[in-house]
Order: sequence, then C-alpha cells, then structure tokens
Amino acid sequence: MTLLEQWITEIIDPYYLRILILMGINIIMVLGLNITTGVTGQLSMGHAGFMSLGAYTSAILTLELGIPFWLTLLAGAAVAAVFGFIIGLPALRLEGDYLAMVTIGFAEIVRVFFLNFEPGGKAVGLSGIPQQTTFSLVLLLTIVVIFFTQRLLSSRIGKAMYSIRENEIAAEACGINTTHLKVLSFVLGAFLGGLGGALYAHYMYYINPQDFDFMRSIEMLNMVVLGGLGSIPGAIVGAAILTVLPEMLRIVAEYRLLFYGALLVILMIFRPNGLLGDIRLYDLLKGKRKEEVKACQS
Amino acid sequence: MPIIELQGVSQEFGGLRALDGIDLKVEPNAIFGIIGPNGAGKTTLFNVITGIYAPTEGRLFFHGTDIASLSPYKVARLGIGRTFQNIRLFNRLSVLDNVKVAANWKRASGLLASLLGLPAYVREQRECSAKAEELINMMGLYEKRMEYAQSLSYGEQRRLEIARALAANPSLLLLDEPAAGMNSAEKLELMELIWKIRDDMQLTILLVEHDMHLVMNICETIAVLDYGRKIAEGDPAQIKSDPRVIQSYLGVER
Repeated sequence: MTLLEQWITEIIDPYYLRILILMGINIIMVLGLNITTGVTGQLSMGHAGFMSLGAYTSAILTLELGIPFWLTLLAGAAVAAVFGFIIGLPALRLEGDYLAMVTIGFAEIVRVFFLNFEPGGKAVGLSGIPQQTTFSLVLLLTIVVIFFTQRLLSSRIGKAMYSIRENEIAAEACGINTTHLKVLSFVLGAFLGGLGGALYAHYMYYINPQDFDFMRSIEMLNMVVLGGLGSIPGAIVGAAILTVLPEMLRIVAEYRLLFYGALLVILMIFRPNGLLGDIRLYDLLKGKRKEEVKACQS
Repeated sequence: MPIIELQGVSQEFGGLRALDGIDLKVEPNAIFGIIGPNGAGKTTLFNVITGIYAPTEGRLFFHGTDIASLSPYKVARLGIGRTFQNIRLFNRLSVLDNVKVAANWKRASGLLASLLGLPAYVREQRECSAKAEELINMMGLYEKRMEYAQSLSYGEQRRLEIARALAANPSLLLLDEPAAGMNSAEKLELMELIWKIRDDMQLTILLVEHDMHLVMNICETIAVLDYGRKIAEGDPAQIKSDPRVIQSYLGVER
C-alpha cells in the first residue's frame, strides 16, 4: 500500500492527485445518497449533514483522543448512521417535498450546532487534522464501497428498495415491509455520507461548518440526478464529472458557476433520466447481439 | 370455515359512507364475484381486506384470525395477494424482478448474507428465480422476462400483475377488474387462466369486474354492491333475475 502510494505520488501531479482523491470521496458519499434517493426514492436534500457528522466525529476523535485513524473513520460513519436512523423515522410519514424540507432542516441544524460547538472550534472550525487520507486508501475504499453497493442493489433487499420507489402501495401489497426498508436506506446512505466526511476531514487538514452547507447537499444530489437515479455507474460518473467540471471551468474564472449551471441544464434537457439512468448492461449486450445477427444475415 | 369473512364492515371517509355494514363469507376454493355500479364501494372493499384502510366498524376474519387492524404488508404475508384496478407495476424493474420482489419476502437471509453472498443466500435466490420464472412462463411472459415492466402491452401488464400477486403463494387472490381494457379474445384467455390458477394452485379468487359475460360465466357466487350496501348475493342465475339488481345495475332488456 505504501509502495503504491509512493509510486502514485511520483507519477501524478499533486494537483491532479488532489482532484482524484476528492473524486473518490465524492463517489463514496454519492453512492450512499443514491441508495436513499436514487434507489428507494426518498428525496434527501441534507446529505451534507451526514458528511458533517462524520467529519467532525472523526476529527475530534483524532485530535482529542488520538484514536487510530481507521477507527475514527468507522466512528464517523457510525455516528452519521445513527442520525440517518433518526432522520429515517419521519420519512415514514412524509413524502417528496415534505421529506425534502425535513432533511434540509436536519442539515441546517447540524451546521448551526457545529457553529456553536466548543470542541468543534465553533465558527473557526478545526485545524491541524493530520492528513491521513491517502490516494491508495481512497481508491481501496471506493472499490470496496462500489462492490458492496452493487451486491446490495442486485440483492433481494435492493430490489425491494427499488420497488418502493416504483410503487409504494404495490410494494406493501407484495409483502414488503416498506417502513423497515426506508429507514434502512437512510441508515446506509448516512453511513457512506459519514465515511466520506471522515475521509474528507483527514484530507483537508481543516474543516469548518461552512464546508457542509446546503450547497454541498445540492451538489451531491446533482451528482446522483446527473448520473441517473438508482444507477451505480451513474452515481460514479455523476460524481466524477461534477468533481472535475468546476476545476476545468477555472479558465472562465468568474463565470464558472454560470457555465456550471448552464451545463447542468443542457445535460438534463438531453438526458432527462440522467446520463446512465436508463441504460442496463443487458440492453447493451442485447443490442450487440442484434447487430451480430444482422451481420450474419447480410 | 370460510376463508374470508366480513361482519358488518363499514368504511367512512369524512361524511361519506363508502361501505355500509357489509357481511360477506367466501368459502375456500370458490370464485366469488363482486359487481355493482361505479362508486358502489367495490375497490374500497378490496382496500379494506388488504389493509390499506382499517375499517371504521366491523370485523374482518381471514382463516379465522382478525386482520382488520393489520398493515398491508402483514396482510400480504398472511396469504392475500391482489392486483390493482389501475395497474401498479414496478415499471423500471424487469418482468422477472417484479415477480421476484413479491416472492422474496419470506426468505430468511438478511442484509449481511446478501452483501457477502453467502451460500444459503445464493441457494435461496436460485429457488426464488425458479419460482418466478415458472409463474412468468405460466402467464406467457417468458420471452419478455428481462424487459422493463413499462415496455409491456396493456394485457401483458395485467398478466404480470397476476403473476406477481401469485408469487408469495397466497391462499386468497383478489383481482380488481382484471379484464378492463382487454378485447374479447384476451378476455377468453383470461377466463381460462383464472380457472387454471384456481385449480392448479388450490386458491380462492375474489373478483371485481364490470364485464358481465365474464362474471356470469366464471363466478360461482356473486355479491352485488350499491351505495356501499350489499343488495344481493347468489349464483349467477339468481343475480340475473333479482329485481333489485336489475333496477340498480344490470338494467332491463328491451
């Protein structure tokens, strides 16, 4: 692992390495949001709240108690997951816009809490967090998270989650405990949000409450929607593009946000289901097979 | 013992009494029809039986246990499967997954077993797929098992809903207007299918339908609802000649 790290830092420019690491962290968090919003259909606009909880929990544990890094990662993710459970409960009674309001409110409460939280450095934030998040660690965790979300979504639990998104009444009539699965989708989403936050804190040296504001939540939601709701390749591509895009738009300087917005609008006009939202491997293979058949016939 | 028994079931929405003191007994292995004009409370009755609404008054027994206060998924797990008047499929899941979702809840393995792909989980899933494919084949949808449910034709979607309702091995199947929007050839096929399901799977079928030809041919007993009340019950011949039914629903032949 350290060898890989040495080799990577030698061949990749630090600027690009930084973008790649942030991309990996974003992919992990967005795969989490994708479970809640993309797969189960529970609109969460407060994913930054979970990220914030993970970041602060792990940073405080590292700085105050000197706990091993990997344990703080787990602790950050676990604390976020507990709050995911708490936020998942109102989700049982609320839908769509109303749930969105609750999740926005939750993320704001978390932000304001850390603005006033003494051990978290209040508005100044926390600094001097050792940079323990390395490229190889992020790469490894990203692969592990992709593997397990893939397993989850193709499993019976994953399919049941999709069925809630598609038609909740029919899902209930099919014997699916929608209550249980909606809360689970929030817990799993929050866990990955918290994990990403913990990695983020240990990469940036410095965190403050404004790092996890409403725009951060929206940015992650954009990544899920752009890639295609419920699609793992979609979430990965969405996170990758929207991590790189702002960097590429540095050339247009102050018009950056304008271009960013315009590109989002254009993409959504031409691919309303997201870039990969309606593409299945099965269809791609089938299309290929049809072409082969045609080629044989001619 | 009747498979399902309603005792004085009423359902109110605000001031509206959608069901008014319904008594109903359905014997095992019957094909039981429920007819009546629009707004008579037929679908409400189905929604009460499947737990979507808890009845305002009355009691509701399934195999002798009171299910009036159970939530829909628990009712489904006890063995009541249903289809919907306005088709409710999982549109962006494949035909196979639509059926597998319903066949799967009784599997034992949890989150961890699914994530790690433990052997018990894999075996379960193989059984589940086999069961789902068998049902899909029976409904004549095998060729389309990998298509999205939303890409099926209307008649195919209705058949897929039936396959999905059968996936969890129910003992009572509720069909809400299964023939709606079908042409006469499709209706004939549907009748054959309903008989076949009843005989092969030994289950009881409760059917809401507006197509009188189908209802009179297929149902052994029929109950007629009007304004939330049961106004008649009997075999097709009795229902056809009942003056109240003729007046409120069937109309007079001229």
